[in-house]
Amino acid sequence: MKPFELLDAVALPIEQANVDTDQVLPARYLQKPRANDFGQFLFRDLRFLKDGSEEPSFILNREPYRASRVVVAARNFGCGSSREHAVWALYDYGVRAVIAPSFGDIFFANSLKNGLLPIVLPEDVVADLLKVLVAAPGSRIGVDLAQQVVTAPDGTRHAFHIDPFPKHCLLEGLDELDYTLSQMDRIIRFERLYDVVMPAMP
Amino acid sequence: MKPRTLYDKIWDDHVVEEQPDGTCLLYIDRHLVHEVTSPQAFEGLRLTGRKVHAPEKTLCVVDHNVPTSDRNLPNPDPESTQQIAYLAENAKLFGLEYYNEFDKRQGIVHIIGPEQGFTLPGTTIVCGDSHTATHGAFGALAYGIGTSEVEHVLATQTLIQSKSKNFLVQVDGKLPDNVTPKDVILAIIGEIGTAGGTGYAIEYGGEVFRSMSMEGRMTVCNMSIEGGARAGMVAPDATTFAYIKDRPKAPKGAAWEQALRYWETLSSDDGAHFDRVLKLDGAKLPPLVTWGTSPEQVISVNGRVPRLEDIADDNKRRAAERSLAYMGLSGGEKVTDIKLDRVFIGSCTNGRIEDLREVARVVDGKTVNAAVNAMIVPGSGLVKEQAEAEGLDKVFKAAGFDWREPGCSMCLAMNPDKLSPGERCASTSNRNFEGRQGYKGRTHLVSPAMAAAAAIAGHFVDVREWR
Repeated sequence: MKPFELLDAVALPIEQANVDTDQVLPARYLQKPRANDFGQFLFRDLRFLKDGSEEPSFILNREPYRASRVVVAARNFGCGSSREHAVWALYDYGVRAVIAPSFGDIFFANSLKNGLLPIVLPEDVVADLLKVLVAAPGSRIGVDLAQQVVTAPDGTRHAFHIDPFPKHCLLEGLDELDYTLSQMDRIIRFERLYDVVMPAMP
Repeated sequence: MKPRTLYDKIWDDHVVEEQPDGTCLLYIDRHLVHEVTSPQAFEGLRLTGRKVHAPEKTLCVVDHNVPTSDRNLPNPDPESTQQIAYLAENAKLFGLEYYNEFDKRQGIVHIIGPEQGFTLPGTTIVCGDSHTATHGAFGALAYGIGTSEVEHVLATQTLIQSKSKNFLVQVDGKLPDNVTPKDVILAIIGEIGTAGGTGYAIEYGGEVFRSMSMEGRMTVCNMSIEGGARAGMVAPDATTFAYIKDRPKAPKGAAWEQALRYWETLSSDDGAHFDRVLKLDGAKLPPLVTWGTSPEQVISVNGRVPRLEDIADDNKRRAAERSLAYMGLSGGEKVTDIKLDRVFIGSCTNGRIEDLREVARVVDGKTVNAAVNAMIVPGSGLVKEQAEAEGLDKVFKAAGFDWREPGCSMCLAMNPDKLSPGERCASTSNRNFEGRQGYKGRTHLVSPAMAAAAAIAGHFVDVREWR
């Protein structure tokens, strides 16, 4: 994972609530090996027509939004399927942060493991951001993870929460697995004790 | 000791290490692996030369990609073929138990775990699939994970997790005839919304769940994620123990007795704290049908599709406008006037033997409507075998249903089973999202009995009045 850097980028407004991971990445692309650019499948059925041409009304196909690296979405973004491919699609497209009032739990966890920062801000703040981004296409949003601050297009700063461990991993570009592997002795000790207490659970 | 919930107890028993901020290293007892969300995880292990830490706690099966037609015919999709072959190869390389598409134990991952006795009360169970909460029916802490976490579990048999809050959903009363577990969970989702359970582990309690079969409890827990909760569970009881006893992987002899003593402690203590409580009266629930593209958009079978002008909440009205357009509905239609092109009976929600018995009861001696293409996909090879031993397949075929091989099938359209654009389907699966069952396909979620009756009538009917 690459370290998470300071962001100052065009932001894409998604006003629809409950955008599920089937919308972010339809199931028929789950067979593709990771070596593919999953960015091309991002919002596939909303973004493209059956013949492969662009759906002109979809917001990501409008010029200033094409360069988006931040997504601002209504509540419960990324609900539904556990497919990490949805995160890969956003990341490969170039998105590094998603701001919403709430997220699907599994999508939230998957994002943190792939260098995509999910940021929870209050519903009214997100509603205001959405209005600005729709009214002024191409508006930029700043994200400073170290300081835990989002900067709105008008310069207003909004603090956000993130747990210390995933923050550390994102900033340093660390893989959780490396950390846990350093704890294997502890895990093996747990297993020995556990096997005594719970012999019925081999 | 402070009173604890069922979730608290299972959590506490599995904490390997807790950080000052509450982040825990949680031990995982059971890992189910399928072909779609595991390739990159195995690739990660291979690239770093790592091993699977506890191969005996891992069970692999193919389900998402496999066609449900004759298994001896070649898979038409080369990428699916490749994913299936890769799982077989990885199972061999890492020494993992694997059920391939010719094994009669093969089936949907959430159906085969319980069948084999791999799913046990008090265990932590994960799988790279959001419907893993199904196993919570046994009083296990079970939830879906992403591919990075699949690799993490393979390598360390643990996950780094923060604890969820506790949510009690209590449904008392006695369900009316022909109102099923599927209607119960759809009613709960309709009540709390698709984000209502976000950040929570749900415990389903009350008379309705106590008197429910294991199959029914699995249907309910299965759709916890549709209400936003990663995990849903029911405390184990005599029904649970009777289901598990003598399953191939269940403890035997003295180990069984010892396990029982532990399992009997697995219920929420009196006075345990729940952060949220929802109570419903089971006796008042009707059969339900989803009319939109979110599982929370449900309505009674004898109701009407909502009209936009009747929806007060701005957000809900905007969502409904989009859903109605996608579903080809204008609002105000009677649910029983909605005509169907397809019926799909199966999936990890409703692909078990009890579901198939329900369907057989409804369709016995009747004929599928000429305008409807109706398919029944058993959840596993063992479900198929049992159904055939009971003669259910003959009832289905005589009525004109297509009786197929086990797999995920048309629940998610990543195999040859899918809807064509515009086709309308009554489905016993779990998601009615746009495109879920095929590009531009239209899905109405219902119980097996409702789907069966709709297949015969060609439109929805109130199964309570079915003769």
